[in-house]
Amino acid sequence: MEFKDYYEIMGVKKDATQDEIKRAYRKLARKYHPDVSKEADAEKRFKEVGEAYEVLKDPEKRAAYDQLGANYKAGEDFRPPPGWDQGFEFHGGDFTGADASGFSDFFEQLFGRGFSYGGGGAAQGNREFHARGNDTHAKILIDLEDAFHGANKTMTLKHTELGPDGRPQINERALNVRIPKGVRQGQHLRLAKQGGAGIGQGEAGDLFLEIEFRPHPLYKVEAKDVYLDLPLAPWEAALGAKIKAPTPTGPVDLKIPPNSKASKKLRLKGKGIPGKPPGDFFVVLQIALPPADTEAAKQAYREFEKAVPFNPRAHLGV
Amino acid sequence: MTKQMMDLLSGDVLEDNLEITLAELCQICRVPAERVFDLVEEGIADPLGQDPRHWRFQGISVLRVRCALRLENDLGINAAGAALALDLLDEIESMRTRLSRLENLG
Repeated sequence: MEFKDYYEIMGVKKDATQDEIKRAYRKLARKYHPDVSKEADAEKRFKEVGEAYEVLKDPEKRAAYDQLGANYKAGEDFRPPPGWDQGFEFHGGDFTGADASGFSDFFEQLFGRGFSYGGGGAAQGNREFHARGNDTHAKILIDLEDAFHGANKTMTLKHTELGPDGRPQINERALNVRIPKGVRQGQHLRLAKQGGAGIGQGEAGDLFLEIEFRPHPLYKVEAKDVYLDLPLAPWEAALGAKIKAPTPTGPVDLKIPPNSKASKKLRLKGKGIPGKPPGDFFVVLQIALPPADTEAAKQAYREFEKAVPFNPRAHLGV
Repeated sequence: MTKQMMDLLSGDVLEDNLEITLAELCQICRVPAERVFDLVEEGIADPLGQDPRHWRFQGISVLRVRCALRLENDLGINAAGAALALDLLDEIESMRTRLSRLENLG
Protein backbone atom coordinates (compact mmCIF):
# COMPACT_ATOMS: atom_id res chain seq x y z
CA MET A 1 0.00 0.00 0.00
CA GLU A 2 1.30 3.44 -0.92
CA PHE A 3 1.74 6.14 1.65
CA LYS A 4 -0.31 9.23 0.76
CA ASP A 5 1.08 12.64 1.57
CA TYR A 6 -2.09 14.55 2.37
CA TYR A 7 -0.18 17.82 2.79
CA GLU A 8 1.28 17.52 -0.69
CA ILE A 9 -2.13 16.70 -2.17
CA MET A 10 -3.57 19.83 -0.55
CA GLY A 11 -0.55 21.96 -1.48
CA VAL A 12 -0.06 23.18 2.11
CA LYS A 13 2.89 23.09 4.50
CA LYS A 14 3.01 20.59 7.34
CA ASP A 15 2.49 23.36 9.86
CA ALA A 16 -0.46 24.95 8.03
CA THR A 17 -3.22 26.30 10.27
CA GLN A 18 -6.71 24.79 10.16
CA ASP A 19 -7.87 27.95 8.38
CA GLU A 20 -5.19 27.60 5.71
CA ILE A 21 -6.17 23.98 5.20
CA LYS A 22 -9.81 24.92 4.84
CA ARG A 23 -9.02 27.64 2.29
CA ALA A 24 -6.79 25.30 0.29
CA TYR A 25 -9.54 22.69 0.28
CA ARG A 26 -12.24 25.11 -0.89
CA LYS A 27 -10.03 26.29 -3.72
CA LEU A 28 -9.08 22.79 -4.90
CA ALA A 29 -12.64 21.51 -4.54
CA ARG A 30 -13.85 24.24 -6.90
CA LYS A 31 -10.99 23.61 -9.30
CA TYR A 32 -11.47 19.85 -9.56
CA HIS A 33 -15.21 19.50 -9.04
CA PRO A 34 -16.27 17.02 -11.75
CA ASP A 35 -19.28 19.16 -12.71
CA VAL A 36 -17.12 22.21 -13.23
CA SER A 37 -13.69 21.01 -14.34
CA LYS A 38 -12.85 19.84 -17.84
CA GLU A 39 -9.59 18.22 -16.75
CA ALA A 40 -9.48 14.54 -17.60
CA ASP A 41 -8.57 13.36 -14.10
CA ALA A 42 -10.82 15.85 -12.29
CA GLU A 43 -12.90 13.20 -10.55
CA LYS A 44 -9.83 11.38 -9.23
CA ARG A 45 -8.23 14.60 -8.02
CA PHE A 46 -11.48 15.73 -6.40
CA LYS A 47 -11.73 12.49 -4.43
CA GLU A 48 -8.08 12.68 -3.41
CA VAL A 49 -8.49 16.22 -2.14
CA GLY A 50 -11.69 15.24 -0.28
CA GLU A 51 -9.88 12.38 1.40
CA ALA A 52 -6.91 14.56 2.39
CA TYR A 53 -9.26 17.16 3.83
CA GLU A 54 -11.21 14.53 5.73
CA VAL A 55 -8.03 13.80 7.68
CA LEU A 56 -6.41 17.22 7.93
CA LYS A 57 -9.53 19.15 8.95
CA ASP A 58 -9.99 16.96 12.01
CA PRO A 59 -7.34 17.77 14.66
CA GLU A 60 -7.55 14.24 16.09
CA LYS A 61 -7.01 12.47 12.79
CA ARG A 62 -4.42 15.01 11.75
CA ALA A 63 -2.34 14.51 14.91
CA ALA A 64 -2.41 10.73 14.46
CA TYR A 65 -1.51 11.04 10.79
CA ASP A 66 1.34 13.45 11.57
CA GLN A 67 2.89 11.11 14.08
CA LEU A 68 2.58 8.16 11.74
CA GLY A 69 3.66 9.96 8.59
CA ALA A 70 6.75 11.68 9.96
CA ASN A 71 9.07 9.15 8.33
CA TYR A 72 7.23 8.47 5.10
CA LYS A 73 7.20 10.07 1.67
CA ALA A 74 4.36 9.99 -0.87
CA GLY A 75 4.28 6.73 -2.84
CA GLU A 76 6.48 4.81 -0.41
CA ASP A 77 5.33 1.35 0.54
CA PHE A 78 3.45 1.64 3.77
CA ARG A 79 2.24 -0.72 6.50
CA PRO A 80 0.66 0.77 9.57
CA PRO A 81 2.50 -0.50 12.65
CA PRO A 82 0.26 -2.57 14.92
CA GLY A 83 -1.57 -0.48 17.46
CA TRP A 84 -0.42 2.70 15.74
CA ASP A 85 -3.53 4.58 16.79
CA GLN A 86 -3.28 3.77 20.48
CA GLY A 87 -3.49 6.83 22.59
CA PHE A 88 -5.57 8.67 20.02
CA GLU A 89 -9.23 9.08 20.52
CA PHE A 90 -11.33 9.33 17.37
CA HIS A 91 -14.81 10.57 17.73
CA GLY A 92 -16.62 8.35 15.30
CA GLY A 93 -19.17 9.47 12.79
CA ASP A 94 -17.43 12.62 11.71
CA PHE A 95 -17.25 11.75 8.07
CA THR A 96 -18.93 15.00 7.41
CA GLY A 97 -20.40 15.56 4.02
CA ALA A 98 -17.67 14.00 1.93
CA ASP A 99 -18.60 10.91 -0.03
CA ALA A 100 -16.36 8.42 1.70
CA SER A 101 -16.99 5.59 -0.75
CA GLY A 102 -14.16 6.83 -2.98
CA PHE A 103 -11.53 6.92 -0.26
CA SER A 104 -8.32 4.96 -0.75
CA ASP A 105 -7.17 1.73 0.88
CA PHE A 106 -4.59 3.85 2.68
CA PHE A 107 -7.36 5.87 4.33
CA GLU A 108 -9.34 2.76 5.22
CA GLN A 109 -6.32 1.09 6.80
CA LEU A 110 -5.78 4.07 9.05
CA PHE A 111 -9.24 5.21 9.93
CA GLY A 112 -11.42 2.24 9.10
CA ARG A 113 -14.50 2.17 6.96
CA GLY A 114 -16.88 4.17 9.06
CA PHE A 115 -19.24 4.34 6.15
CA SER A 116 -21.17 2.08 3.88
CA TYR A 117 -21.68 1.64 0.19
CA GLY A 118 -24.98 2.78 -1.17
CA GLY A 119 -25.59 5.81 0.94
CA GLY A 120 -27.16 4.37 4.09
CA GLY A 121 -25.74 3.28 7.43
CA ALA A 122 -23.88 -0.01 7.71
CA ALA A 123 -25.75 -3.16 8.62
CA GLN A 124 -25.84 -3.38 12.38
CA GLY A 125 -26.15 -6.55 14.41
CA ASN A 126 -28.72 -8.91 13.01
CA ARG A 127 -30.93 -6.24 11.55
CA GLU A 128 -31.39 -6.66 7.83
CA PHE A 129 -30.32 -3.69 5.83
CA HIS A 130 -31.63 -2.53 2.47
CA ALA A 131 -30.58 0.46 0.42
CA ARG A 132 -30.96 1.57 -3.14
CA GLY A 133 -27.75 1.39 -5.15
CA ASN A 134 -25.80 4.46 -6.26
CA ASP A 135 -26.66 6.34 -9.40
CA THR A 136 -23.74 6.13 -11.79
CA HIS A 137 -22.53 8.21 -14.70
CA ALA A 138 -20.64 7.15 -17.81
CA LYS A 139 -19.89 8.40 -21.30
CA ILE A 140 -20.75 6.56 -24.47
CA LEU A 141 -18.84 7.34 -27.65
CA ILE A 142 -20.93 7.25 -30.82
CA ASP A 143 -20.54 8.31 -34.43
CA LEU A 144 -22.42 11.24 -35.89
CA GLU A 145 -24.08 8.79 -38.27
CA ASP A 146 -25.59 6.97 -35.25
CA ALA A 147 -27.43 10.17 -34.33
CA PHE A 148 -28.87 10.32 -37.86
CA HIS A 149 -30.10 6.75 -38.01
CA GLY A 150 -30.22 5.50 -34.42
CA ALA A 151 -28.05 2.52 -33.44
CA ASN A 152 -27.47 -0.29 -30.98
CA LYS A 153 -24.14 0.07 -29.20
CA THR A 154 -22.27 -2.35 -27.00
CA MET A 155 -20.15 -0.87 -24.27
CA THR A 156 -18.17 -2.14 -21.31
CA LEU A 157 -18.53 -0.50 -17.93
CA LYS A 158 -16.17 -0.91 -15.03
CA HIS A 159 -17.85 -0.63 -11.69
CA THR A 160 -17.09 -1.22 -8.06
CA GLU A 161 -19.06 -3.81 -6.18
CA LEU A 162 -18.82 -5.40 -2.78
CA GLY A 163 -17.23 -8.82 -3.25
CA PRO A 164 -18.06 -11.93 -1.23
CA ASP A 165 -15.37 -10.96 1.29
CA GLY A 166 -17.09 -7.63 1.90
CA ARG A 167 -14.32 -5.66 0.18
CA PRO A 168 -15.00 -3.56 -2.91
CA GLN A 169 -13.82 -5.09 -6.15
CA ILE A 170 -13.86 -3.89 -9.73
CA ASN A 171 -16.13 -5.77 -12.09
CA GLU A 172 -16.71 -5.35 -15.79
CA ARG A 173 -20.12 -5.41 -17.29
CA ALA A 174 -21.14 -5.28 -20.94
CA LEU A 175 -24.22 -3.36 -21.94
CA ASN A 176 -26.14 -3.24 -25.17
CA VAL A 177 -27.71 0.18 -25.46
CA ARG A 178 -30.27 1.57 -27.88
CA ILE A 179 -29.10 4.96 -29.13
CA PRO A 180 -32.22 6.83 -30.25
CA LYS A 181 -32.23 8.71 -33.54
CA GLY A 182 -31.70 12.44 -33.02
CA VAL A 183 -29.43 12.38 -29.95
CA ARG A 184 -26.91 15.17 -29.66
CA GLN A 185 -23.51 15.72 -28.15
CA GLY A 186 -23.66 16.08 -24.37
CA GLN A 187 -27.19 14.74 -23.99
CA HIS A 188 -27.95 12.19 -21.29
CA LEU A 189 -29.70 8.87 -21.56
CA ARG A 190 -31.17 7.66 -18.28
CA LEU A 191 -31.19 3.88 -17.97
CA ALA A 192 -33.34 3.06 -14.96
CA LYS A 193 -31.90 0.48 -12.54
CA GLN A 194 -28.65 0.01 -14.48
CA GLY A 195 -26.51 1.85 -11.92
CA GLY A 196 -24.88 0.51 -8.77
CA ALA A 197 -26.37 -2.65 -7.25
CA GLY A 198 -28.63 -2.22 -4.25
CA ILE A 199 -27.85 -3.57 -0.81
CA GLY A 200 -30.13 -6.26 0.59
CA GLN A 201 -33.41 -5.98 -1.23
CA GLY A 202 -32.79 -2.37 -2.23
CA GLU A 203 -33.14 -1.81 -5.94
CA ALA A 204 -30.29 -0.79 -8.23
CA GLY A 205 -29.50 2.86 -8.89
CA ASP A 206 -29.83 4.50 -12.30
CA LEU A 207 -27.18 4.83 -14.98
CA PHE A 208 -26.83 8.24 -16.63
CA LEU A 209 -25.11 7.84 -19.99
CA GLU A 210 -23.66 10.96 -21.54
CA ILE A 211 -23.54 11.00 -25.33
CA GLU A 212 -20.23 11.95 -26.88
CA PHE A 213 -19.60 12.12 -30.61
CA ARG A 214 -16.37 10.68 -31.92
CA PRO A 215 -14.60 13.48 -33.86
CA HIS A 216 -15.67 13.19 -37.50
CA PRO A 217 -13.16 13.54 -40.35
CA LEU A 218 -15.56 15.68 -42.42
CA TYR A 219 -18.21 17.26 -40.24
CA LYS A 220 -18.33 19.54 -37.23
CA VAL A 221 -21.37 19.59 -35.01
CA GLU A 222 -22.84 22.42 -33.01
CA ALA A 223 -26.01 21.49 -31.10
CA LYS A 224 -28.20 20.01 -33.86
CA ASP A 225 -26.51 21.76 -36.75
CA VAL A 226 -23.83 20.05 -38.83
CA TYR A 227 -21.08 21.92 -40.67
CA LEU A 228 -18.98 20.89 -43.66
CA ASP A 229 -16.00 22.81 -45.05
CA LEU A 230 -16.30 22.56 -48.82
CA PRO A 231 -13.31 23.52 -50.99
CA LEU A 232 -14.00 25.11 -54.41
CA ALA A 233 -11.72 25.82 -57.35
CA PRO A 234 -11.41 29.59 -57.96
CA TRP A 235 -13.38 29.31 -61.23
CA GLU A 236 -16.20 27.39 -59.51
CA ALA A 237 -16.51 30.14 -56.90
CA ALA A 238 -16.28 32.90 -59.51
CA LEU A 239 -18.48 31.52 -62.26
CA GLY A 240 -20.88 29.45 -60.22
CA ALA A 241 -21.08 25.68 -60.48
CA LYS A 242 -23.08 22.56 -59.82
CA ILE A 243 -21.10 20.28 -57.54
CA LYS A 244 -21.59 17.30 -55.26
CA ALA A 245 -21.21 17.59 -51.48
CA PRO A 246 -21.26 14.75 -48.95
CA THR A 247 -23.82 14.75 -46.11
CA PRO A 248 -24.32 12.15 -43.37
CA THR A 249 -27.33 10.86 -45.30
CA GLY A 250 -25.56 10.67 -48.66
CA PRO A 251 -24.24 13.04 -51.34
CA VAL A 252 -26.34 16.02 -52.47
CA ASP A 253 -26.16 18.26 -55.55
CA LEU A 254 -25.28 21.84 -54.66
CA LYS A 255 -25.64 24.94 -56.78
CA ILE A 256 -22.84 27.40 -56.09
CA PRO A 257 -23.93 30.94 -57.03
CA PRO A 258 -21.53 33.04 -59.17
CA ASN A 259 -19.12 35.32 -57.26
CA SER A 260 -19.27 33.24 -54.10
CA LYS A 261 -16.78 34.29 -51.45
CA ALA A 262 -14.75 32.15 -49.06
CA SER A 263 -16.44 31.38 -45.71
CA LYS A 264 -19.89 31.99 -47.20
CA LYS A 265 -22.39 29.60 -45.63
CA LEU A 266 -24.99 27.72 -47.63
CA ARG A 267 -27.80 26.31 -45.51
CA LEU A 268 -29.59 23.05 -46.24
CA LYS A 269 -32.64 23.45 -44.05
CA GLY A 270 -33.59 20.44 -41.93
CA LYS A 271 -30.60 18.37 -43.09
CA GLY A 272 -28.88 18.48 -39.69
CA ILE A 273 -29.46 16.06 -36.84
CA PRO A 274 -33.04 14.75 -37.04
CA GLY A 275 -35.60 15.94 -34.51
CA LYS A 276 -38.64 18.11 -34.05
CA PRO A 277 -37.56 20.46 -35.48
CA PRO A 278 -34.45 18.98 -37.13
CA GLY A 279 -31.14 20.85 -37.25
CA ASP A 280 -29.68 22.40 -40.40
CA PHE A 281 -26.72 21.38 -42.54
CA PHE A 282 -24.29 24.19 -43.34
CA VAL A 283 -21.80 24.11 -46.16
CA VAL A 284 -18.96 26.57 -45.51
CA LEU A 285 -17.25 27.50 -48.76
CA GLN A 286 -13.46 27.50 -48.99
CA ILE A 287 -11.48 28.53 -52.03
CA ALA A 288 -8.55 26.29 -52.88
CA LEU A 289 -5.81 27.62 -55.13
CA PRO A 290 -4.31 25.29 -57.72
CA PRO A 291 -0.52 25.16 -57.16
CA ALA A 292 1.62 27.00 -59.71
CA ASP A 293 4.00 24.09 -60.09
CA THR A 294 4.12 23.67 -63.85
CA GLU A 295 5.06 26.15 -66.55
CA ALA A 296 1.51 25.95 -67.94
CA ALA A 297 -0.01 26.78 -64.54
CA LYS A 298 2.37 29.70 -64.02
CA GLN A 299 1.52 31.02 -67.49
CA ALA A 300 -2.20 30.76 -66.72
CA TYR A 301 -1.78 32.79 -63.50
CA ARG A 302 0.20 35.47 -65.42
CA GLU A 303 -2.55 35.73 -68.03
CA PHE A 304 -5.17 35.88 -65.32
CA GLU A 305 -3.30 38.78 -63.71
CA LYS A 306 -3.21 40.66 -67.02
CA ALA A 307 -6.86 40.01 -67.79
CA VAL A 308 -8.30 40.89 -64.35
CA PRO A 309 -6.95 44.02 -62.62
CA PHE A 310 -7.38 43.19 -58.92
CA ASN A 311 -5.97 44.60 -55.70
CA PRO A 312 -7.18 42.49 -52.77
CA ARG A 313 -5.68 45.05 -50.36
CA ALA A 314 -7.48 48.11 -51.76
CA HIS A 315 -9.57 48.48 -48.57
CA LEU A 316 -6.43 48.49 -46.40
CA GLY A 317 -5.39 51.82 -47.98
CA VAL A 318 -1.97 50.62 -49.16
CA MET B 1 -17.15 -19.68 -25.06
CA THR B 2 -20.79 -19.23 -25.74
CA LYS B 3 -21.92 -15.93 -27.01
CA GLN B 4 -24.13 -14.39 -24.43
CA MET B 5 -27.16 -12.55 -25.66
CA MET B 6 -27.57 -9.23 -23.98
CA ASP B 7 -30.86 -7.48 -23.55
CA LEU B 8 -31.13 -4.26 -25.45
CA LEU B 9 -31.45 -1.42 -22.97
CA SER B 10 -33.25 1.73 -23.85
CA GLY B 11 -33.85 4.86 -21.84
CA ASP B 12 -35.14 8.39 -22.03
CA VAL B 13 -33.03 11.20 -23.43
CA LEU B 14 -33.37 13.73 -20.63
CA GLU B 15 -32.82 16.76 -22.86
CA ASP B 16 -35.59 15.78 -25.26
CA ASN B 17 -39.24 16.65 -24.98
CA LEU B 18 -39.60 14.52 -21.88
CA GLU B 19 -42.03 15.74 -19.23
CA ILE B 20 -42.08 14.54 -15.64
CA THR B 21 -44.06 15.30 -12.49
CA LEU B 22 -42.73 16.66 -9.21
CA ALA B 23 -42.99 13.18 -7.69
CA GLU B 24 -40.98 11.66 -10.54
CA LEU B 25 -38.34 14.37 -10.29
CA CYS B 26 -37.99 13.79 -6.53
CA GLN B 27 -37.75 10.05 -7.03
CA ILE B 28 -35.12 10.22 -9.79
CA CYS B 29 -33.03 12.84 -7.96
CA ARG B 30 -33.67 11.29 -4.52
CA VAL B 31 -34.64 14.53 -2.87
CA PRO B 32 -37.63 15.60 -0.80
CA ALA B 33 -40.06 17.99 -2.52
CA GLU B 34 -39.04 20.83 -0.17
CA ARG B 35 -35.56 20.86 -1.69
CA VAL B 36 -37.06 21.05 -5.16
CA PHE B 37 -39.17 24.05 -4.08
CA ASP B 38 -35.94 25.90 -3.13
CA LEU B 39 -34.41 25.11 -6.51
CA VAL B 40 -37.56 26.13 -8.42
CA GLU B 41 -37.46 29.44 -6.56
CA GLU B 42 -33.95 30.03 -7.93
CA GLY B 43 -34.97 29.02 -11.44
CA ILE B 44 -32.77 25.89 -11.44
CA ALA B 45 -35.83 23.89 -12.46
CA ASP B 46 -38.59 25.66 -14.31
CA PRO B 47 -41.92 23.79 -14.14
CA LEU B 48 -45.00 24.46 -16.26
CA GLY B 49 -48.32 24.52 -14.43
CA GLN B 50 -49.90 26.50 -11.63
CA ASP B 51 -49.40 24.57 -8.41
CA PRO B 52 -46.97 21.80 -7.40
CA ARG B 53 -49.59 19.07 -7.89
CA HIS B 54 -49.84 19.99 -11.57
CA TRP B 55 -46.23 20.89 -12.17
CA ARG B 56 -44.62 19.42 -15.29
CA PHE B 57 -40.82 19.53 -15.43
CA GLN B 58 -38.69 19.13 -18.53
CA GLY B 59 -36.35 16.14 -18.45
CA ILE B 60 -33.33 18.42 -18.33
CA SER B 61 -34.46 19.47 -14.84
CA VAL B 62 -33.20 16.09 -13.63
CA LEU B 63 -29.66 16.99 -14.67
CA ARG B 64 -29.83 20.56 -13.38
CA VAL B 65 -31.24 19.50 -10.00
CA ARG B 66 -28.71 16.71 -9.57
CA CYS B 67 -25.85 19.00 -10.52
CA ALA B 68 -27.09 21.78 -8.19
CA LEU B 69 -27.32 19.32 -5.29
CA ARG B 70 -23.77 18.09 -5.91
CA LEU B 71 -22.43 21.65 -6.07
CA GLU B 72 -24.25 22.63 -2.87
CA ASN B 73 -23.08 19.54 -1.09
CA ASP B 74 -19.47 19.53 -2.27
CA LEU B 75 -18.65 23.22 -2.43
CA GLY B 76 -20.79 24.62 0.36
CA ILE B 77 -22.66 27.06 -1.89
CA ASN B 78 -26.37 27.85 -1.64
CA ALA B 79 -29.10 27.42 -4.24
CA ALA B 80 -28.55 30.91 -5.66
CA GLY B 81 -24.84 30.18 -6.12
CA ALA B 82 -25.61 26.85 -7.73
CA ALA B 83 -28.08 28.55 -10.11
CA LEU B 84 -25.42 31.03 -11.15
CA ALA B 85 -22.85 28.26 -11.63
CA LEU B 86 -25.28 26.23 -13.77
CA ASP B 87 -26.05 29.18 -16.04
CA LEU B 88 -22.37 29.98 -16.46
CA LEU B 89 -21.54 26.31 -17.13
CA ASP B 90 -24.20 26.22 -19.88
CA GLU B 91 -22.75 29.34 -21.43
CA ILE B 92 -19.18 28.01 -21.28
CA GLU B 93 -20.29 24.74 -22.85
CA SER B 94 -21.95 26.42 -25.82
CA MET B 95 -18.94 28.69 -26.31
CA ARG B 96 -16.59 25.71 -26.19
CA THR B 97 -18.59 23.93 -28.88
CA ARG B 98 -18.62 27.04 -31.02
CA LEU B 99 -14.91 27.62 -30.52
CA SER B 100 -13.98 24.08 -31.45
CA ARG B 101 -15.98 24.38 -34.69
CA LEU B 102 -14.42 27.73 -35.61
CA GLU B 103 -10.87 26.70 -34.68
CA ASN B 104 -11.10 23.83 -37.09
CA LEU B 105 -11.99 25.90 -40.13
CA GLY B 106 -9.56 24.93 -42.88
